[in-house]
Formats: sequence, structure tokens, C-alpha cells
Amino acid sequence: MALFEAQNVTKRFATQTALDNVSINVPEQSIYGLLGPNGAGKTTLIRIINQITAPDSGAIFLNGRPIKPDDVYNIGYLPEERGLYKKMKVGEQALYLAQLKGLSHAEAMRRLKYWFKKLEITGWWDKKIEELSKGMQQKVQFITTVLHEPKLLIFDEPFTGFDPINVKQIKEEILFLRERGATIIFSTHNMGSVEELCDHITLINKASTILEGSVEKIRRDWAANEFNIIFEGEVTPAGNGHFSVLNSLFEAGKSAVRIKATESGDTNEIIKAMTAAGKVVSFNPALPSMNEIFIRVVETRNREAAKN
Amino acid sequence: MNKISLIIRREYLTRVRKKSFIIMTLLTPFLFALIFIIPMLVMSNEDKDFKKIAVVEDGSDLFTNVIPDTRDTDFEYLSGVRLNDIKDNFSEMGYYGVLYISPQIVTTPDAIQLISRKQPPIGLLDHISGSLEKEIEKQKLLAYNIEDLDEILRTINTSVRIQTIKMDESGSTRETSTGISMALAYIGGFLMYMLVFMFGSMVMRGVIEEKTNRIVEVIISSVKPVQLMLGKIIGVALVGLTQFALWIVLTLALVMVIKSSFLPEGTLEQMQQLPQSLAQADQSMQGAGASTMTAEQLTEYQELFAGALNQPWGLIIFSFIFYFLTGYLLYASLFAAIGSAVDNETETQQFMLPVTIPIILGLIVAMGTMQNPESSLSFWFSIIPLTSPIVMIARIPFDVPAWEIALSMGLMLVTIVGAVWMAAKIYRTGILMYGKKTSYKELWKWLTYKG
Repeated sequence: MALFEAQNVTKRFATQTALDNVSINVPEQSIYGLLGPNGAGKTTLIRIINQITAPDSGAIFLNGRPIKPDDVYNIGYLPEERGLYKKMKVGEQALYLAQLKGLSHAEAMRRLKYWFKKLEITGWWDKKIEELSKGMQQKVQFITTVLHEPKLLIFDEPFTGFDPINVKQIKEEILFLRERGATIIFSTHNMGSVEELCDHITLINKASTILEGSVEKIRRDWAANEFNIIFEGEVTPAGNGHFSVLNSLFEAGKSAVRIKATESGDTNEIIKAMTAAGKVVSFNPALPSMNEIFIRVVETRNREAAKN
Repeated sequence: MNKISLIIRREYLTRVRKKSFIIMTLLTPFLFALIFIIPMLVMSNEDKDFKKIAVVEDGSDLFTNVIPDTRDTDFEYLSGVRLNDIKDNFSEMGYYGVLYISPQIVTTPDAIQLISRKQPPIGLLDHISGSLEKEIEKQKLLAYNIEDLDEILRTINTSVRIQTIKMDESGSTRETSTGISMALAYIGGFLMYMLVFMFGSMVMRGVIEEKTNRIVEVIISSVKPVQLMLGKIIGVALVGLTQFALWIVLTLALVMVIKSSFLPEGTLEQMQQLPQSLAQADQSMQGAGASTMTAEQLTEYQELFAGALNQPWGLIIFSFIFYFLTGYLLYASLFAAIGSAVDNETETQQFMLPVTIPIILGLIVAMGTMQNPESSLSFWFSIIPLTSPIVMIARIPFDVPAWEIALSMGLMLVTIVGAVWMAAKIYRTGILMYGKKTSYKELWKWLTYKG
């Protein structure tokens, strides 16, 4: 069942269209990625979900019914530009925001202690926000976003400013939150995180959707009929009517070979040819990374647009 | 806890804990105290400084013993000494200065010179010229050969002081002092202007901070924009009241401390026992000479003192707090609306002008009010809500009919409701708008949005 749905949302600003007939459908307890190059309209869509701005046309549904102003209390929002009082102390500020969300003082303290310990920032409680680095501020903001355990979480570029270790930590927390029942929408142009995290994605470019669906399916759809084979020892299979060899590399007693099936190529025939060539360790279809897909789709679209 | 009280608490605590707040709160009473203390110190210093003045007439002795000694000045009449003999070394001889009276004095009034190293006090100059004028008049009168001249002179010696007494409709009267009223009007009007401006723009800066930091996007998922705005306005108002109360307490304490530790006891007693000194002063006024100056001064003090006591203090304090709160509320909501409509502080200029003009106009009219409290300009500006906090505060020490105060306060309350409503509408939309420069047309559109 869809926890959140946007139908044919259009938003125009004075000089440009920010969103053109965009629809998304976010299943419950899933992680949904909003992808797209800078300025594609991701943040505008998020602001519409948060009811910060209203769409010019289109409808927004939460739990199957049109969204109400009060629904915003059940949404946790991490804005791209971090929203914290610079002069306030970390603990005090987190407590304030938690109490505004309706948590009691005691409950807020309990949860804050839990999260501060979990993200290893207990020592920052009495520091001012302006004394923290960008990544540190972001951890604080992450906690204040998830603390009241909202059903729907929206992260706008949650990984900018983090080092790889913290990215990993936050990724784990996001997966953990999904386990606990949260539905998560996050926008990013960092494709690496998409493969690991997202169940579904929508790729927005220049205000419209150009790719949409589950990550698995998209990668398979965009597979270029290529395979990776690893052989024991130095082996280079010879190409035939079913496939051609793209490259091969012998290293540490194993050969990594990449082949491309021809138009009429038959997978069974290819496998036969491989087993004939040597001892096969593994045989995998080479799925393109989301990053490759992203670049290919966006570039194709832009080229088409340039032609017209 | 209620959400709006959470916001008020945060706005209040973060500001009260700021270093700048603490410094302002501690330093300002020193300034206030100085305003009270400096005149007292000057007075008491003058008393301590004993002066000896040499009077030289270049050969003649027309004015010997004409100028009487005062409490802090002795006049020594040096006969047979010429100005040039003493001009260069009077200081070494222990004189404060040399008073040179040229023989031409009867015909040319500016034939007198007081040569000194320091700027002589104005009281001393008055004393010298007064005594000499009297003597010259006497000499001139003598030339008419009038009988019993001394007796006549004594009886015609008059001194005129105007006592201002205000009478209300019921016929009860009250002695007032225009001087005290003017001072109160000035201080009250200026303080009001300063406070309203200071705390109003504090609200504006707070709003801009929340907008540019995008804090507001996070917070409006917890509270309504109007709650955030009102919480901020009320929180800052409490900061203002706290600061105000601390100023009064600290100033009073400081004045006490400085008064008792720096001023010689005499001055203090003199100030405290003014009513008694009046009687003595009246007596001593009969006998011309040594104590004339002091007696006149004392009478003046006595008037000031009585005038100060007779001010409607209860009304003044009540209306100051009323107009501070309401004037602040009015301007703070306008400032909040401005803050929400812009992206940064430099952009506020275009909207600030229409808001600052009434405040400044109010201050100008308030200063004019001191000269002429009953003018129709002052009347209207003390009724119109945008200027009334400043102008009415300046008028109240001069006695304002109760209906005028009631009308002004009533209008103020109505206007605040309107202003807060208007500000809330602009704020609600503006606080979430980014990137485009807001125009007045845009503001009007936000104001008229439904819902």
C-alpha cells in the first residue's frame, strides 16, 4: 500500500517550471529516492510534500487520503540547508525542537540520550552549534529530525558534508529506521547511496520524470547485455557468433573477462563456450551502476532536447 | 508544556543569557546614574574650590569693597597696584584671577576684565556684574541728590519669581515645575523611542535569522507560523521588561552608592532639607551680600524638589509601561512582517522607511511638545497610534485630560489587534519565500490571501 502519493504535480515560478506533471508513489516502509541533477525540481517537490509551498495543480495523498495541514506533524524533515540556531547549545536546541514536536521533557531527554550515544556525540551536548563542523551539525539535525519517530521521513541531501565513515553510519541508521516502520523519501544526486539504500527511485530532470521504478528493475532494464566471468588461471575465451570479448585481465592467478552478447546471442551457448574455455569461478550479468544509468539517461535527454 | 510558551521561553532565555544583553544591562545604569550624579558633583566641586580674586582699579578707588565676598570667593582690593604690575604673576601670588575695573566703567560698560587661568564659573561672573551694576546705578542715582536714598533703595529692592500653579476643573491646585516636566518629557520620549526601536529591530533580526537559516522550515512542522511569530514578539517583550526593571533597580542603587561615597555630606543634607532651608533662605534674602546667591539657588532647588514631588508619578509610570508594551507590540509586529519578507538584513531598507518615519516624526513632535504641550500638533500626534507612545509620554508630565489619554490608549489597543493580524498574514507567507525580491505589490497580495 502506498503511504504517500503525489499525482500529476505541477509547480511554476515566475520564469520557469519547477515541476511538470510529476507523480510519485511511495510504498509503506520503503526507501524512496528522488534523484536528479542540481536544479531539477527535487527540493520543490519536497517543499510541496511538507506543505511549505502549494502546487499549482495536482494532488498529494497521505495514507490514501488528501494531505491535511496537520499531517505535517507526522513528517520529519531534514532540509538541505541546515536549519539550526547557530548560537544555541546542541543539547538545549535538540531538547527545544523535540518538545516543540510534542515530546515531554523527560521523554525527549531519554530519546536524546539514546541517539547521542548511538551517534557518538554525547560530548557535544554543551557546545554551541556554530562551534561544530558542517558534518557534526548535520548529525545533530539528523537526530532532531527522527527523534519524534514520524511515519514519514524526508531527507534532502542527507550525506553532503559527511566523511565516508559518517555516511556509512547514517546509512545504517536510515536502514534501521525503515526496519522500525518508517517510510523514507530522500533526495540526492549521490548515486552510490541509491544502490545501497533505495527500494524505488524517481529520476527527475528539468522538472519532469524521466525514469521511475524499483532499483532492481531499472538496473536490469538498462543492462547492456554484458557479463563478467572469472576463470581459474590465465584464460581468454575466443569470441564467436554469440558473443565478443571486451577485455580480460589476469591477476593473482585468476582471469577477469568481460564479454558482450551479440544481438542473436544465446545465453546457454555463451555459458557452454565459457565452460569449454576453462574453469569458471563465477558468471554474472554486468548490471550498470545507477551512476552510469543516471548519466546516460540525463545525457540522452539533454541531447534530444538540444536537437528539438 | 504549551508550544507557544516553549517558544517564548527560548526567545527569552537565549537573549537574556547573551553577553551583549548583560553588558547593556550593567552599563546603561552607569550612564543614567551619571546623568543624575554629574550635576551634583559639579555643584559640590564648585563649593570646595575656594577662590581669591584681586581687584585692581588702576589708581582710582571707586569700587573698593563694592563686590561682597561669597561663600567660595574672596575679593581683595589692591589699592595702588596697576594691572600691568600684577597681570603676569597673579597666579604665583595665590590669586584665582585679576578683576580689572577701568575708570571708564561708568560710561562704557565693557571696561571690566576678569583675567584668569581657568574659565570662571558663570555664577561668579553674574555676581560680579550684578554687584557692579547695582553700585553704578547707586552712584548715578546719587548724582540726582535724592534725600534718604539708602532707605528708598532698600524698599524698592524687589525680587520676582514666577510660581506656576496648575488648576484643574474641580479647582484643586498643584504647584508644578516646568523644568521638571520638560526633563521628564524629554527623558520619557527619548527612552520610549530608543526602546521601541531597539526591541522592535531585535524581533526583526530574529525573524531574519530563522528565515535565512531555514530553521523555520523545520519548526513549522511543529507549530503554526503565527505561534512562532507571537512567541518571538512576546519573548522579546519580556526581555525588554526585564532589562527595564533591572535598569531602574541598578540605577537607583548606583545613585545611592555614588551619592553617599562621593558627595560631601553637606550637599546631601542640603538636598534633603530643602523645605527648611527655604525659611533660612528667605531670611537671608533680606540681608544683601554674602548669601544672596545661595539663597536664590536654594529657592530654585526647593521649587524643583516640590515640582518633582508633585508630578503624577503613578500615572507616568503606568503609562510608560503601557505605551512601551503597546508601542513595542505595534512596531515589533511591523518589524516581524518586514523580517519575514526579506532574505537578508540589507534588503530590509526598502520596507524600513515607512515604519521608521512615524517613529522619528513622533520623536521630533515629542521634542516640540516640551516647548508647547498644548499645541494641536502635539494633541493629534499623541492620539494617532503610530506616534502616540512617544508623544503622549512627553505630554503626560504637563497634565493631559483623562479623556485624551483614554482615547489614545483605546486607539492603540485597536491598532495593535489590526497590526498583529496584518503582520501574521504577511509573515505566514513571507517566511517561506526565498530567492525573489519582495515588492509592495507582493506584500499586498499576501495580505489579501484567504484562509
